Amino acid sequence: MYSEKVMEHFSNPRNVGEIEDADGIGEVGNPVCGDMMTIYIKVDDGRLSDVKFKTFGCGAAIATSSMITELAKGKTIEEALEISRDDVADSLDGLPPVKMHCSNLAADGLHLAIEDYKKKQESTR
Amino acid sequence: MNRIYMDHGATTKPDPEVVNAMLPYYNEFFGNASSLHSTGQDAAKALNRSREIVADLIGARSDEIIFTSGGTESDNLALKGIAYHKKNAGKHIITSIIEHPAILNTCKYLGEKGFSITYVPVDGQGVVNPEDIAAAITDDTILISIMHANNEIGTIQPIKEISKIAHEHDVLMHTDAVQSVGKIPVNVDDLGVDMLSISGHKIYGPKGVGALYVRKGTRLQSLVQGGAHEFGKRAGTENIPGIAGLAKSVELAKERLEEDEKHLTHLRDTLIKKLLDSIPYSYLNGHPTQRLPNNVHIRFNFVEGESLLMMLNIKGVDVSTGSACSSKSLEPSHVLMALRLPPEEIHGSLRITMGRENTMDEVDYVVENLIEIVKKLRAMSPIAPKD
Repeated sequence: MYSEKVMEHFSNPRNVGEIEDADGIGEVGNPVCGDMMTIYIKVDDGRLSDVKFKTFGCGAAIATSSMITELAKGKTIEEALEISRDDVADSLDGLPPVKMHCSNLAADGLHLAIEDYKKKQESTR
Repeated sequence: MNRIYMDHGATTKPDPEVVNAMLPYYNEFFGNASSLHSTGQDAAKALNRSREIVADLIGARSDEIIFTSGGTESDNLALKGIAYHKKNAGKHIITSIIEHPAILNTCKYLGEKGFSITYVPVDGQGVVNPEDIAAAITDDTILISIMHANNEIGTIQPIKEISKIAHEHDVLMHTDAVQSVGKIPVNVDDLGVDMLSISGHKIYGPKGVGALYVRKGTRLQSLVQGGAHEFGKRAGTENIPGIAGLAKSVELAKERLEEDEKHLTHLRDTLIKKLLDSIPYSYLNGHPTQRLPNNVHIRFNFVEGESLLMMLNIKGVDVSTGSACSSKSLEPSHVLMALRLPPEEIHGSLRITMGRENTMDEVDYVVENLIEIVKKLRAMSPIAPKD
């Protein structure tokens, strides 16, 4: 059902954890649905210096959240905002159609974290 | 390393004796049981012998056994066969909300054709209350269908009491015994049922064959018309190899029932105890004792079922889950929802259904690995408490 890349990210997920003094946090999904992701970002000089995730969900959910942290780390804010839902699925060599919503969640989670960061920036001005 | 198969609720590996029992009917004894020559009559003998064997397991007469393509067809024949035959007498059917889709979707279909269906609820352990059935009966009721044992959580229903209530009101009683036959004693007079569904591939028999027991005097309409096979109730040249395989698996089930029940109950109770004792925030789904001897169904909070399944899969263990993510419809198991569990807890369930060949060493292996897997997934989970 899953590609080798998905299984690899599922078995050895990258960047698992929380960032205590995160610059932005994005939470998507909810446990009632069976899928929930929290993405934490640290921003230095306009770049995502650290990205971590926590996920409650299926194999695809864990793989897509792991992949999004890998795609986003080191990118500028603008570049990270451009990471699309399809980018996540493509980097994993595709997902079964019924699991595409997991890649949507991961991308949305990252963008929400960036929005949260921007809001925080505005409120400290 | 051989995989550890613990998904016997889904299907079972045919016993080598079953396979051997089938082969002659693909070879020398290939005849059509309806042919009058010797080649045909050899096949007819096998068909008759098989019918007797299946009848014997459940305490029926051999002319009360109709061979079908499996549990689903048997369920369809029972529900639709009675519904179509009795529709002038009444159009109301009672069933439970935790039935197998073969019953639920057939009821849904009949509902669309003008029948009215009552789905009785279950309690928090998945048990049907016979009083709820009694309360639902009207003058229009023609059939009650309640599964003997649930395929997901293993709960065994009070069929005897329900049959009694059915007959007090002159209503026919069917039970889907696909999961109970061969695992616990099943006797049609003891249970008091008028019809009962059996499936071969759940009891170390072949896929594609099953049976419907229909008590003498119970009339039903056939679903498949054609030749006069199966007492005019199910047309089609008989699947003699499959039927011979089913009969052999039934024969073996009868011989091994007591031993299997003991062995499986011991494995089941040990596995349940070890998992609940060693993994915090883990709970049993279903009734602790009114339960199939081989069924373990546990929910682990803060983690999701498909992930649990896939990690166990990597470790060589085959199990199943009722989580939404693991179903094609993305809906969580209707059985777990019927238990009225907190929705976020339903997703973290695993069903482990053991079989004859499983051992205590395998149980220990599963426990060791699940402990680690749950720890790993909880470490990743945003909703796990920080310990």
